[in-house]
Amino acid sequence: MNPEVMANFMEALGIMGKGMLGIFVVIVVIAVLVYLLTKISSRKSS
Amino acid sequence: MEFLWEGLLSITWQQAVMYVVGAVLIWLAIKKDYEPSLLLPMGFGAILVNLPSSGVLNQVMEGVGETHGIIQWLFEIGIEASEAFPLLLFIGIGAMIDFGPLLSNPKMFLFGAAAQFGIFMTIALATLLGFDIKDAASIGIIGAADGPTSILVSQVLKSNYIGPIAVAAYSYMALVPIIQPLAIKAVTTKKERAIKMDYRPNAVTKTTRILFPIMVTFVAGLVAPASVSLVGFLMFGNLIRECGVLNRLSETAQNDLANLITLLLGITISFSMRADQFVTVQTIMIMALGLVAFVFDTVAGVFFAKILNLFSRTKINPMVGAAGISAFPMSARVVEKMGIAANNQNHLLMHAVGANVSGQIASAVAGGIVLGFFM
Repeated sequence: MNPEVMANFMEALGIMGKGMLGIFVVIVVIAVLVYLLTKISSRKSS
Repeated sequence: MEFLWEGLLSITWQQAVMYVVGAVLIWLAIKKDYEPSLLLPMGFGAILVNLPSSGVLNQVMEGVGETHGIIQWLFEIGIEASEAFPLLLFIGIGAMIDFGPLLSNPKMFLFGAAAQFGIFMTIALATLLGFDIKDAASIGIIGAADGPTSILVSQVLKSNYIGPIAVAAYSYMALVPIIQPLAIKAVTTKKERAIKMDYRPNAVTKTTRILFPIMVTFVAGLVAPASVSLVGFLMFGNLIRECGVLNRLSETAQNDLANLITLLLGITISFSMRADQFVTVQTIMIMALGLVAFVFDTVAGVFFAKILNLFSRTKINPMVGAAGISAFPMSARVVEKMGIAANNQNHLLMHAVGANVSGQIASAVAGGIVLGFFM
């Protein structure tokens, strides 16, 4: 395989790992904050 | 009298191909109702920009000098300068989205994240096909299943393939009702598709609805600063909707703004559909990679649900994972329909809508994260 293609592929794999991790970190933090917000809001209203 | 046939004789075969492409896009829009608001303007624009010495593009006229063409001007101002058109459209999209089903069932957030895998899988495959990393990233973002995100990322990365990427993104979004059922059936059994999910949403207060867009902007912006424009404008639109004191602006954003930008965006994108850029082997590869992106988004969402089922007492219907793709609301409707087909007591719509709107956020974050790798 062309060395440039291989280098790009390895870079793409790195982007894949870090990219999916980054998305999950953001989404999990948002989900947890939403969960907490919902709990606090429903306690206040009850 | 030569001027009468000079234009006709100077048509190249590549331009003729683009007339056919334009006609096909118009036909798909009108006859098949495939994303007509984008495909029709793109199709017509493809014809406009490929007419010889077309006045919609900048031209050099003898004795006059350079003249400016309207479509080229719209592209330079509305997309090239600051990606204004896709971002302004995101305000409208944010104002249209009701995040209630997601806020009442926060587990659905995870599927929006999982279903972005197709983006990165496609980036990797594109590099194997010989695309450089920036073009590969621009192609992979088709998997975001979101037109504005695809256009913005490919423009910021100065991809040579904005035209095919936009055509692929919007075409496959319209084809979700065909692509997703096939992909879902390939990786699930009938028993899995028949898993019943009850819908018991938590109450969502107005405070939560108002704080949500602000919170999302902060979190996404701090982790992936490049996503601030995408996520920020989406959440700005949503905040206008949810605040309760800007009903007129919300209506304007959902209707007039969204319609106006959509009207201009399609015909503006056609600037990148000039024959010399579009009629290439790479365009065919991009169309194939776009399909791969959508399929892997779907498959990743389904498999993520199956993995969660290993650890969860309450089983999740794996099809809900497929709804994490950003194609809203088509994907949610597909999952609802397939759920009913497998078990006529099973209404998955609200779960699927939650996952689907989560995908809208996750795809904008993904776009920002991809851009962040090149900053």
